Amino acid sequence: MTDTPIRILIAKPGLDGHDRGAKVLARGLRDEGFEVIYTGLRQTPEMIADAAEQEDVDVVGLSILSGAHMALLPRTVQLLRDRGMPDVLVAAGGIIPDADVVKLKEAGVAEIFGPGTSIGQIARYFRENVRRS
Amino acid sequence: MSPQSVCAVDTPEPMIGELASGERRPLARLLTRIENGDPSVRPALPELFAAGRGAHVVGITGPPGSGKSTLVNALITEWRKRGRRVGILAVDPSSPYTRGAILGDRIRMMEHAADRDVFMRSMASRGELGGVAATTWIAAAALDAAGYDPVLIETVGAGQSEVEIARLAETTVVVEVPEMGDEVQAIKAGLLEVADIIAVNKGDRPGADRAARQLRAMLSTAGGRVERKPPPVMVTTATTADGVVALADAIDAHRSQARTPVEAGERAANQVRRALADLAATRAMADATWDRTIRAVADRALDPMTAAERLLDGVG
Ligand SMILES: Nc1nc2c(ncn2[C@@H]2O[C@H](COP(=O)(O)OP(=O)(O)OP(=O)(O)O)[C@@H](O)[C@H]2O)c(=O)[nH]1
Ligand SMILES: [Mg+2]
Repeated sequence: MTDTPIRILIAKPGLDGHDRGAKVLARGLRDEGFEVIYTGLRQTPEMIADAAEQEDVDVVGLSILSGAHMALLPRTVQLLRDRGMPDVLVAAGGIIPDADVVKLKEAGVAEIFGPGTSIGQIARYFRENVRRS
Repeated sequence: MSPQSVCAVDTPEPMIGELASGERRPLARLLTRIENGDPSVRPALPELFAAGRGAHVVGITGPPGSGKSTLVNALITEWRKRGRRVGILAVDPSSPYTRGAILGDRIRMMEHAADRDVFMRSMASRGELGGVAATTWIAAAALDAAGYDPVLIETVGAGQSEVEIARLAETTVVVEVPEMGDEVQAIKAGLLEVADIIAVNKGDRPGADRAARQLRAMLSTAGGRVERKPPPVMVTTATTADGVVALADAIDAHRSQARTPVEAGERAANQVRRALADLAATRAMADATWDRTIRAVADRALDPMTAAERLLDGVG
């Protein structure tokens, strides 16, 4: 069972309008053997949590550019807990100030991938940290 | 690992019971175990199928990008207006090299993500033994037991497994686009084989009505099974929901047609045949003499048919 592909939901919450980075990540993780559920632009944390619940994913990956990360990321973590999915890894990619990273991790965000992180590194992180029951 | 999850894996039965509650989490977890071929699923199957409520299982297939997911999204909206709870399985291919997949159908249906009466699950074909078809109909049974009706199965219409999924569905909608042009002749045979309803989608593009007329003319002339009347051809524009009320009506109307003793019998025969082939393949591969028998065929010391017979006899 543990050798079944890792399922990850990738979303781009917030209002800013392009998802090139998220799509590159989706394809890269597909090539790394992940099953990538791509949900597109402008998702609210509620929509993301609802989708994650139905898809029973191992990971939720959020691409953040808008600066609204302090609101969006902890909210997504909380909603997943509310839905009985505390084991789902929530990770984000984007430019996030160090001070915020500390706070986000305290709020339950597993990892923040800064610009320049390779897809190989991201894939390895998920493989090593996914929690499956 | 929480104590709760240990319990869920060891005793699947309560989870089947839990499906009736309409909660999403037990259904989502059961679907994962079905997809993974988890050994706990097999003993739960009789209960799962007994819990079925007779949902209308509808296959939606057609070439890549023809608008299947967008059309499904519009159909969900229409059926929700009619008070139906809608279940969706959207199957996309896995890469045979990396086993990875991009499952992108949900992107067209996100507006329904929060609706508790819509359950949508993306599945990768995974290309495991038994194939996606077997997994899909068990997954459809789970959605049925959870009270979703209709249950829609979206697959990309290319290749054998999709045709097979269509055979398992009670009603199969083939989604084409106006630009099919000269290919009409080529796809005719395939359409007759699987389609109960044809939607010419992207009706906002030039030539949609002409394409529909062409299809109707061709389907009404010779070919295919004579006893079967040609499938209705409808024009839809998924992005504006034009023609979607009529399409939903046609799908609903086909339900009773799909449930005549002859049709139901044919479908059941396909399902049992499928199960039989899976079972034979799984057991034969587990047979201790599998490797030796295969080797003998490779060395031309044995013909494949005799090999298959021996394996089957050995594992009865
Ligand atoms: N003009 C027009 N575009 C449409 C219509 N329906 C869908 N599209 C567009 O066609 C593209 C593909 O739509 P999808 O619904 O993803 O198609 P699909 O058949 O599910 O695609 P795959 O699952 O990848 O095979 C999208 O850009 C849609 O917006 C339509 O009726 N008219
Ligand atoms: Mg699609």
